[in-house]
Amino acid sequence: MGTRNYRRKTSHSEHGPGDGGRTGSWRVERPVLNTSLCIPCKRNAEACFMCWLFCPEVVISRTIPPAIDLEYCKGCGICAEECPTKAITMVDEADFTDEDKDKE
Amino acid sequence: MHIIENGNVAAALGVLLCRVNVIAAYPITPQTPLTERLSEYVESGEMQAEYIPVESEHSALAVCIAASSAGARTFTATSANGLLYMHEQVQWAAGARLPIVMCVVNRAVGAPWNVWNDQQDSISQRDTGWIQMYCSDHQQIIDAVIKAYWLAEKVSIPIMVCYDGYILSHTYMPFDVPDQEKVDAFLSPFRPDYALNPDQPANLNTVTLPDVRMDVRGELAHGYMEIRYLLQEEMRTSLTVAAEAEKRFADIFGRGGDPYIEPYLCADAQYIAVGLGSLTYQLRVSVDVLRKEGIKVGVMGVRFYRPFPDEALAEALKGKKGVIVFEKALSYGYEGALVSDLKSALYDHLAGTGVMPMVQNIILGIGGRDIRTEDLTQALRAAAKSRVSRQPVWIGLKL
Amino acid sequence: MQAKTTILSLPTQEFVHPGTRACTGCGLAIAYRVGLKALGKDTILIVPPSCLTVLQGLFPIASTKLPCLNVTFASTAAAATGILAALKSQGKTNIKVAAWAGDGGTSDIGLQALSGAAERGDNFIYLCYDNEGYMNTGAQRSGTTPIGALTANTPFKGKLQQKKDVPAIMAAHNLSYIAACSASYPLDLFDKIRKCVDMPGTKYIHIHIPCPPGWGYDPRYGIKIGRLAVETGYYDLYEIVNGEFKLTAASEKLVEKRKLIPVREYFRSQSRFKILADTQIAEIQHQIDAKWAGYYKKDE
Repeated sequence: MGTRNYRRKTSHSEHGPGDGGRTGSWRVERPVLNTSLCIPCKRNAEACFMCWLFCPEVVISRTIPPAIDLEYCKGCGICAEECPTKAITMVDEADFTDEDKDKE
Repeated sequence: MHIIENGNVAAALGVLLCRVNVIAAYPITPQTPLTERLSEYVESGEMQAEYIPVESEHSALAVCIAASSAGARTFTATSANGLLYMHEQVQWAAGARLPIVMCVVNRAVGAPWNVWNDQQDSISQRDTGWIQMYCSDHQQIIDAVIKAYWLAEKVSIPIMVCYDGYILSHTYMPFDVPDQEKVDAFLSPFRPDYALNPDQPANLNTVTLPDVRMDVRGELAHGYMEIRYLLQEEMRTSLTVAAEAEKRFADIFGRGGDPYIEPYLCADAQYIAVGLGSLTYQLRVSVDVLRKEGIKVGVMGVRFYRPFPDEALAEALKGKKGVIVFEKALSYGYEGALVSDLKSALYDHLAGTGVMPMVQNIILGIGGRDIRTEDLTQALRAAAKSRVSRQPVWIGLKL
Repeated sequence: MQAKTTILSLPTQEFVHPGTRACTGCGLAIAYRVGLKALGKDTILIVPPSCLTVLQGLFPIASTKLPCLNVTFASTAAAATGILAALKSQGKTNIKVAAWAGDGGTSDIGLQALSGAAERGDNFIYLCYDNEGYMNTGAQRSGTTPIGALTANTPFKGKLQQKKDVPAIMAAHNLSYIAACSASYPLDLFDKIRKCVDMPGTKYIHIHIPCPPGWGYDPRYGIKIGRLAVETGYYDLYEIVNGEFKLTAASEKLVEKRKLIPVREYFRSQSRFKILADTQIAEIQHQIDAKWAGYYKKDE
């Protein structure tokens, strides 16, 4: 099958996730959230969300608790560094079992 | 309405009649009177358009590219080094398939500086993916601008309407200015398949891979090579569409002819002079002189240079004894670009048929060197006698 | 005066998809994401070749949910003019036009077109994201690379010349609004874009962008390094509204504090400055102190 009948004849892109593929595979370290330290979790109220604000990849949700989309998280560690209560730690991907990885 | 005006005004009137939305231009001689006239139309309110006095030719075409991508009918014009400065944008406009129309008022390129006419500027843009039309008089200029918009928008390919600096741009001739209603009947408002808008966000001209790739809907999209192939394919198709344009134009305006070539006394001629632009009309005078001497010569103007009307030319030239290609430009290190293209067309269509004409190349008028009709006559007379040289012959050279 | 945006009041709608090709910890990705929130849906973007070209995706997939025209390197601002002209000719006055270009695309190859559009007063926002080098091509020097920085083409001696002050060049065009921002202060960036959106003519926003591979640091420290640039008084957050210069946000607070972190800490956080000698750092510290003495004096 070729592209003869493709609807465009120029470079005309439409938006969608994952142009760079499953960028979670780039990750060397995985962010792990400790909800007992996380401010919005502790207060059970909208607060802080520094991790959401500074995430370059749009993979942290502004929810209680914040959820991290590991399919695309590149593991930069900015969330861990900016979290005022150190609720996020970066853990070596090698510490996770294959089963953990399959769950992503 | 018949008026007497210069060639730049003929072009400006064409732009006015086509209801162009956005005009961007940077001054360069001999294009300036054209864009000055357009600024007058816009400032006086005669024309409902945005006139953008840009800071460079590169930006002039940038404005047209962006405005065209956002759904506007656009126009620019330039000459010589202005066109060369645009070169990157010229390629971009074609690759983005934007139906921009640009007048190229032909002028020699530097160095050294020279403001006079030859055609090195537009010829050097031959391989950019633009359609190139060449005009021989003012009527052709105004008509070509109108036809160009129809054709460009039909095939999504930009068009250069080329005419000789000074010889056409600054001389006065009578020509017919068509009625607005007729132009409106010929040319509908620009309605592109897509124009940038927030309700249908698209990202245009993004990096495109060497190979094909699946899109977000799961359909296989082109790679760079497919996109470029389609440009070539539709350039070739535009020859047919140009014939359609010519016919529509003739139906509405009552004038026109062959869309690709303009023959003069060619039917029974044994030798044909071939050229681009106003030179071919000057050659008609030589043809008349030589005909009186009993030499059967004719002249053929090439109105469409890209896409190249190879078949039409081969058909018109088959069985002739000789073809003499007069050019005001050349591909340095070889010969004129037109003669190379023409020989290629003759070889493709006539090789082995026994009706292949001999071909010669004459280079003249470089940097505005005066082209005397008696020199044209003499060159044509000599060429009709025997092939003068395998190399291009320069006439008017005082070395 | 508009209320300052907080994390909680920042719009939640995202205009960038996850899974882009941006490097891990890309500072531009943060500024772009928040900047698009400020611009909102009814915006047409223009992008010349740069890291953002890559971040935006390869045909046929785009990471950005706004319409965008990719243009040649030198033509960004002229393309903004073209889109504005087309919109005007179609009577579409509700759509904003925003150009996002890198520092090379702005301070070097794009400066002529930017100056032209600014002089014409064309009504759009020009955002220059300044990661201080040609990072997309492998970190070569640009007009805004700071003195002393090692780059791919200043490999041993570091850049010998000063950083080009693009906001000052734009200020000479008498724009209605100019601002200096940083990816480390995204809410300030958001507020500045929102503030100028409806101001007349060309608006210029300069954004300092930490770049992990180009600057040489562990990606996790990017925000901290950007902050350090501000807290050392090395890179200032300010705005120039109708010709009136004013420090803003964290830089404004530094005037009250009268205390800057030594710039050495900033330089030592990145490997690109590893050849900067103590004497050079002292010289730069001296320049920073002199600049800030001026700010303090104005404040008195």
